[in-house]
Amino acid sequence: MTCQECGERPATLHFTKIVNGQKTEFHICEICAKEKGELEPGTNHFSIHNLLSGLLNFETPINDSSTHPIYNRERQSCPKCGLTYQQFTQIGRFGCSECYKTFSEKLDPILKKVHGGNTVHSGKLPKRAGAAIEIERKVQNLRTKMQEYIQQEEFEKAAETRDLIRSLEHKASEGGE
Amino acid sequence: MSLQRFISEAVSPWMKDEGPDSDIVMSSRIRFARNLRNYVFPVLSNGKQNLEVLESIKTKFNEAPNEEVGRLELIEMEDLKPTQKRVLVEKHLVSPNLVEQSKNGAVLLSENETISIMINEEDHFRIQCLEAGLRLKEALNLANSLDDWIESKVDYAFDKRKGYLTSCPTNVGTGMRASVMMHLPALVLTQQLNHIIPAINQLGLVVRGSYGEGSEAQGNIFQISNQITLGKSETDIIEDLQGVVMQVIEKERSARRKLLDNSRIELEDRIYRSLGILENSRIIQSKEAAKCLSNVRLGIDIGLVAGITKSILNELVILTQPGFLQQYAGASLNPAERDIKRATLIRERLELEKQLKKSEGDER
Ligand SMILES: [Zn+2]
Ligand SMILES: [Zn+2]
Repeated sequence: MTCQECGERPATLHFTKIVNGQKTEFHICEICAKEKGELEPGTNHFSIHNLLSGLLNFETPINDSSTHPIYNRERQSCPKCGLTYQQFTQIGRFGCSECYKTFSEKLDPILKKVHGGNTVHSGKLPKRAGAAIEIERKVQNLRTKMQEYIQQEEFEKAAETRDLIRSLEHKASEGGE
Repeated sequence: MSLQRFISEAVSPWMKDEGPDSDIVMSSRIRFARNLRNYVFPVLSNGKQNLEVLESIKTKFNEAPNEEVGRLELIEMEDLKPTQKRVLVEKHLVSPNLVEQSKNGAVLLSENETISIMINEEDHFRIQCLEAGLRLKEALNLANSLDDWIESKVDYAFDKRKGYLTSCPTNVGTGMRASVMMHLPALVLTQQLNHIIPAINQLGLVVRGSYGEGSEAQGNIFQISNQITLGKSETDIIEDLQGVVMQVIEKERSARRKLLDNSRIELEDRIYRSLGILENSRIIQSKEAAKCLSNVRLGIDIGLVAGITKSILNELVILTQPGFLQQYAGASLNPAERDIKRATLIRERLELEKQLKKSEGDER
């Protein structure tokens, strides 16, 4: 098969894209893939995509999906956008924010590989949604502390902490969405 | 401001000012990927949803983010001719993906072209800020302010554990890609780059040639960017990147010094031959043009070549790509015609520069 871009070199990279629910296949040589990806500074759709599908393929070989037994979990699909895990392994993209919940079980090992072992965000919080999350994080910490006080029978401190939690929760319900 | 300006000028206004360490660092860039909570991501959209997103953006973002930035111009991909799209890609203002794949794709551009916010690309928003020279922090601050502005009007897809939710899990978390574009001719010439790249990769950073691959990058232009977007803060990511970039700058400078000390005449020969080719050739392929432009740029940066402004080289790198060549010719050109047009353009531009310098000198 020759490359669809240059029509000269043999196509060594094969992609499947789903546009409008329509599956289209894309065959391209390494050089053209690089050129295409490089045009946008800072991102390389193809190389990152490759890396990712490489990882995904490692877990679910997709030589020819029809010859493989179909596991239930491969059939699991996102309730909001309808993407199946099988489709995800092919396009390397999620279809909506809900996909992260739907496929959360399988996601962490992938994230660990891509992000140097990390699975939890520790960067910027959006201003509006983030304010509530910040309070939530604080409340979570205070609850743990309160349990410790109770176990240590320091009931006065536990009560203080409980009041603090209440006031924070009150603040959250007033200011939050 | 009009579409015409974005299309006709090869050099973005921000490129005219040089910025810190501009002898080696051409530009710094921050990109945030953001999505809307209540819409499926553009990849899976049936067009109708993308259209809704675009329509709501038209009304919501019709004002300036702040006075300094000014109003952003919305350009819809549908309204552009193929050559115009190509030109925007060559100026790095939009991605090939936006031009080729997107449904209802559009871009919001600031007048100085520092800011480009792509809409309905792989993610609903791709906020991109470019600065000349090594200015990651400034670019990050600008991107943050735009991000806050957008978030004040829409609901982002955000998860407290996973951060900003992106279509591709390689971007999740901060959604941030920070990158620095560097000109590294001496490290290539002395074959040191091959050893440096694996070391940089070990640190979770990626090095790639700007228009080519590996050490054969066209024009010796390389880009270093972060791979990891999850589990590190934005500031930590750019500090790590900046640290590595500083080391590479040091290595490139010392390689340049060594070349000047040990093989000055060979270096001069190489640079002036390249200048000769650029000033005289009648047919030139993009690869050769990029190589010669890189050599001349090096000549300017180490003080061997005088009388040529560096920004002209940036301009020529962009100007001599297929989209711009055809834009200039006002017609579509086959590769052979392009090589002729490219040579003409470079000759004329360098000649114009000489005239300008001469008249400046006469006035003095
Ligand atoms: Zn090809
Ligand atoms: Zn989904």
